[in-house]
Amino acid sequence: MTPQAAPPPASSFGPRLLSGLGAVGSVVATLIGLLFLTFAIGRLMPVDPVLAIIGDEATQATYDRVYQQLGLDQPVYVQFFRYVSDILRGDFGVAILTGRPVIEDIIRVFPATVELATLSILIGAGIGVPLGVLAATRRDRIEDHAVRFITLISYSTPVFWLGLIGLIVFYAMLGWSGGTGRVEIFYTGIVPPITGFLLIDSLITGNMDVFWSALRNIWLPAAILGLSSMAYISRMTRSFMIEQLGQEYILTARIKGMSESAVIWRHAFRNIRVQLVTIVALAYGSLLEGAVLIETVFSWPGFGGYLTSNLMIGDMNAVMACVLLVGVIFIGLNLLSDVLYRVFDPRTKAQ
Amino acid sequence: MSTDLSSAPRRGLSHWLSTDEITSGRQAAAQRAYWGFVGFMGNPLAVIGALIILLLIISAAFAPLVATHDPIAQNLRAALQPPSAANWFGTDELGRDIYSRIVYGARITLTIVVLVSVIVGPIGLFVGMLAGFVGGWTDRILMRITDIFLSFPSLVLALAFAAALGPGLENAVIAIALTAWPPIARLARAETLTIRSSDFIAAARLVGASRLRLLFRHVLPLCLPSVIVRLCLNMAGIILTAAGLGFLGLGAQPPSPEWGAMTSAGRRFMLDSWWVVTMPGSAILIVSLAFNLFGDGLRDLLDPRHSK
Repeated sequence: MTPQAAPPPASSFGPRLLSGLGAVGSVVATLIGLLFLTFAIGRLMPVDPVLAIIGDEATQATYDRVYQQLGLDQPVYVQFFRYVSDILRGDFGVAILTGRPVIEDIIRVFPATVELATLSILIGAGIGVPLGVLAATRRDRIEDHAVRFITLISYSTPVFWLGLIGLIVFYAMLGWSGGTGRVEIFYTGIVPPITGFLLIDSLITGNMDVFWSALRNIWLPAAILGLSSMAYISRMTRSFMIEQLGQEYILTARIKGMSESAVIWRHAFRNIRVQLVTIVALAYGSLLEGAVLIETVFSWPGFGGYLTSNLMIGDMNAVMACVLLVGVIFIGLNLLSDVLYRVFDPRTKAQ
Repeated sequence: MSTDLSSAPRRGLSHWLSTDEITSGRQAAAQRAYWGFVGFMGNPLAVIGALIILLLIISAAFAPLVATHDPIAQNLRAALQPPSAANWFGTDELGRDIYSRIVYGARITLTIVVLVSVIVGPIGLFVGMLAGFVGGWTDRILMRITDIFLSFPSLVLALAFAAALGPGLENAVIAIALTAWPPIARLARAETLTIRSSDFIAAARLVGASRLRLLFRHVLPLCLPSVIVRLCLNMAGIILTAAGLGFLGLGAQPPSPEWGAMTSAGRRFMLDSWWVVTMPGSAILIVSLAFNLFGDGLRDLLDPRHSK
């Protein structure tokens, strides 16, 4: 017997279709706004894009030619249109740092970030959810305060600093971590990229030495990155659980004489799973923010490291492509969490 | 009669602050402030947060007195010295006193926090109130713009702005401000929506109050408490974002003692000299924790709906 929540809200097919269309429309509008924002930031830059290409010793004629080639003599809306159509064709320009198209670079570095972020979210959710449930069930007792304190600390800690301290303690002092990079330098390039995820690739090809080295290197940045999502996930879990535990079906279950653990896990927790999935999806997106700093600290050859190293040399093409990508991923994850909610929530399935 | 007068004011004040017979609006406001203060003092964590913030303000204001050394004076012979009686937090790679640099760095942190809040508060309030009060297409367009800004993680967007504007303290402030207003606007809009439909607004409108008057005399005062709480809680995030920008070299430029930049500069030496990264990073952690604690306390006080 599964506990029933509130009765399904009455709705017919028409409004639902309309709201679906509206959702698609709003996503498209947000995407266009996103493009306009990165376009505007790219134009804000005080560096003259022409001089960045030809250097400051070129003649005026060369300057004018490049100026026209870049389309800077066109009206702004034409320039914006050109920018959007370039991006739609997957053309983000050429990165100064590598001399290759930016999009190729990003595709190459992205798996490293996804691998790191995925492990982080597993750590974050794996610890955050039980902590949140504990805090909710032991509300206003010592356990609740302890969890609140932990989350407060991790909300207040600069993640790049925690990375450095982690390196001092676990690499230099204890030797538990392999240090910076994805694997020890000795093992670099042994495993051919199949999925791009080094842990999986090394397992597939049976290179256990590489696997252990990769694991030694990834656990520390992943744990530190996971800490921030842990704080968010445990806070949200706590408030979801508190909401459920105040419902009448919980009271009924307790009156029936059901054991407390059954009440918590079989009844209350079951009803927050959908909300949890959406929260974890959102937390996954915000991991990208911490990844920029953590990858810089750990010399992780991923997307965040790529972004900052392009930032250092002032290659705005590459930087803006990365920023745009982060925005698109964010919107995608928002949409995903919305869809997941609709798919998994039994109340929307009932009709 | 004369003995009465000498003791009357002191007894009178506490009586005036706690009596049920309130005679003036000023007394009511004073009582509210007094009981708020008492309530706040009953939350030890919030008081600790407030004390740390006070300490931050004092060390920023009186940095030359609080510091023991010149924050940018180099002394290569005393480079990378561990913490000692002479250099409380040790010295960095150029022999500068880390304690003094952290004290002076409080000025930079405080400047960023105050400037960003002063820019972001009014902009967020205005956009949110306008969207919530006018509704219709104004609301839709303003909220769409807010959504676009919210669809970036704040550090990544601030990074993009700071990179485009060029590194520097002023540009870091602008970059952070550009990313920090949307949550305020969202909050102000939500508050306005609930206030807009309440009876006293309808009454004021019936009496003939203009829209501008409704907005600024009736809606604004009720939006303010939650916006201030949100700003205060945001300050912790602002400090972390600023430190992140500084760490990536986009904030205040050397030799100014910005905490994030100090942490970044210490990276090369941290394995042998732990204090060069530990000290400035701890300063960031403690101050942002203080703003979180203070903000939580303020929220419990000003916004009873959110209290656990």
